[in-house]
Amino acid sequence: MTLPAPLSYPPPESLDPGSPWHARPARIDRVRDESADVRTMVLVFEQARDRRDYRFLPGQFNMLLLPGIGEAAISIASDPEHCSAVAHTVRAVGSVTHALARLEVGDQLFVRGPFGRPWPLEELRERDLIIAAGGVGLASVQAAICHCMTHRGDYGRIAVLHGAKTPADLLCRSDYGRWRDHGIDLHLIVDHAAPGWQGPVGFVPQLLDRLEIVPSETSLICCGPEPMMEAVARRSIAAGIDPDQIFVSIERLMACASGLCGLCQLGPFFICKDGPVLSYDRIGPWLAVPHL
Amino acid sequence: MPDSSSIPGDWRWLDADGLQILIDLLRGRGFRVVGPRIADGAIVIGDIDSAAQLPTGWLDDQDGGSYRLRQDKAAGTFDHVVGPHSLKNFLFPARETLQHWTRDDRGWHDTTPAEPPRPLAVIGVRGCDLAALAIQDRVFLGGDHVDPAYKARRERLFLLAVNCRRAAATCFCHSMGCGPAAGPGFDLALTETDGRFAVETGSEAGAALLAELAARGSPVTPAEILDEAAIEQVRDIPRRLGREMHARRAEPGRPVPRSLDTDGIRDLLFSNLEHPRWQQVADRCLSCANCTLVCPTCFCSSVSDVADLSGDHASRERQWASCFTLEHSQMHGGNARPTVASRYRQWLTHKLAGWIDQFGSSGCTGCGRCITWCPVGIDLTAEVAAIREAPTP
Repeated sequence: MTLPAPLSYPPPESLDPGSPWHARPARIDRVRDESADVRTMVLVFEQARDRRDYRFLPGQFNMLLLPGIGEAAISIASDPEHCSAVAHTVRAVGSVTHALARLEVGDQLFVRGPFGRPWPLEELRERDLIIAAGGVGLASVQAAICHCMTHRGDYGRIAVLHGAKTPADLLCRSDYGRWRDHGIDLHLIVDHAAPGWQGPVGFVPQLLDRLEIVPSETSLICCGPEPMMEAVARRSIAAGIDPDQIFVSIERLMACASGLCGLCQLGPFFICKDGPVLSYDRIGPWLAVPHL
Repeated sequence: MPDSSSIPGDWRWLDADGLQILIDLLRGRGFRVVGPRIADGAIVIGDIDSAAQLPTGWLDDQDGGSYRLRQDKAAGTFDHVVGPHSLKNFLFPARETLQHWTRDDRGWHDTTPAEPPRPLAVIGVRGCDLAALAIQDRVFLGGDHVDPAYKARRERLFLLAVNCRRAAATCFCHSMGCGPAAGPGFDLALTETDGRFAVETGSEAGAALLAELAARGSPVTPAEILDEAAIEQVRDIPRRLGREMHARRAEPGRPVPRSLDTDGIRDLLFSNLEHPRWQQVADRCLSCANCTLVCPTCFCSSVSDVADLSGDHASRERQWASCFTLEHSQMHGGNARPTVASRYRQWLTHKLAGWIDQFGSSGCTGCGRCITWCPVGIDLTAEVAAIREAPTP
């Protein structure tokens, strides 16, 4: 059976880069298995124009599309100074993320984005930073960590707090040495210990107690499950950090990522375009309402 | 000598036969013409090639969970009000293919055909419908991202509006500032009076059509311009209805329209997110999504990626979604709105409160469709009134 000619049409409107549905073809360049169900994959755009023009900011996300299978919103987890190759860390939880996490080097996928508001790193210059991440939430703050390492002198003290279910679920383990070399104070915690684990057992908010915080000089960026982010925010507020200096990255189902589909609403916010990064003074009261 | 140079703001008389000529002219210009017609016991929006298909002499009795058609010899062509369809069904269809994808040995290719949509002319658009269109324009065209499919259809739209001279019991456009007078945003607007229509011109496209009608030398009288007194008389028809609706009174034998107190409604609803009324609505609500389907402004949608059996042809299918379904708020960690109370609250607070933050206006036009087509007759005006009467302390 011969295929219908795919290229006999004039360029369709959906290929107009101005369209939110425009998807850039990309190939998997390399993969790194982080844990049993989490894989980091580095994509390179197929077209030279995209490799040249694509830009993102730490905290933004892409929609990753596999035609005929589906699309998922995934944080961009690589260095924003090097946009020609883009990393995504995917945890296989649904049909689309399972398919994404099975991709191998050379496989094709399509990228819409970047979307969403980034971590406000420019506004946080000169301040102490606490970067708190639960589980695969580390992916969302990784680009921020890269940015802070590149611009290390712009920030005060930097602490990264990362928690996972078990030591084997801690992400980016091969990066920790480089983070520490850049003067990042790294604290790890696990829900359940395993043989050889000598660190603390518990939850990410507890790690805040290990830091010497100067509240007026400290900002916090946080990504993880919503109850974890709320607990971190509450503990930070109790430590004296202003709610408007606490930034969280919210996750919601979304189909368009551009404010058109309405699925990602939380109170008056569209998480796709007003978020995913929102300051806690704005989003905290809405998170506190059950089932909103 | 008939004056054929019609301009926006112009008023002219059209007799009953003139409607057919307008339909023919629009079809001749390549428009698909749709308008009100009876199907399955309701007045829906369907294809119109003859003015005889319009529901002249029919009225609709509407109330919570109830819609009945009846014949009335005194009724004109447009004395019914809105049915289950709206402009949304045409500009943002319930299901459409966003993209086609085809795979060959080099990989996938976007093979979406770039076919411009056929121009559409809609007859019988009301004030509430025009307001809903303006609201959907802000959603699909007014943000950082423009929806190309909506934009293409919107740019090829001709609107023949109607000024209402009757309201249903479910109508509350007067509360939302959306009616009963039509406009702005129409190309031509009709006001039915004494068996003929006063036509107001609202755009260059409308003016051009009227000019063409006059130039054809038809037996109708488009060239007859209304004088100031006549314009005032015609304008007073929807105004009088508006005053009746505001006063919540009606002429004998006519239903009393609803109303909604919108004073401070955003803060009222957002400060009552845990009001017991949400659960009381949930005890009646079937979570069936009818209200969101008939709402002319509800815009939620989901996208399904589907493939054929060969796996080499795929498409991205967009279909209406509804915040009343569990799928709308599903996440891998669980459902954000697992209860009917939380889903009804999402719908109502988005429509009447969050919308103001997002788009600078209410998402409600007072068309009353959600009241009529709710199978259990839940009435948002009554739900808001109940919360206003006894807000959370």
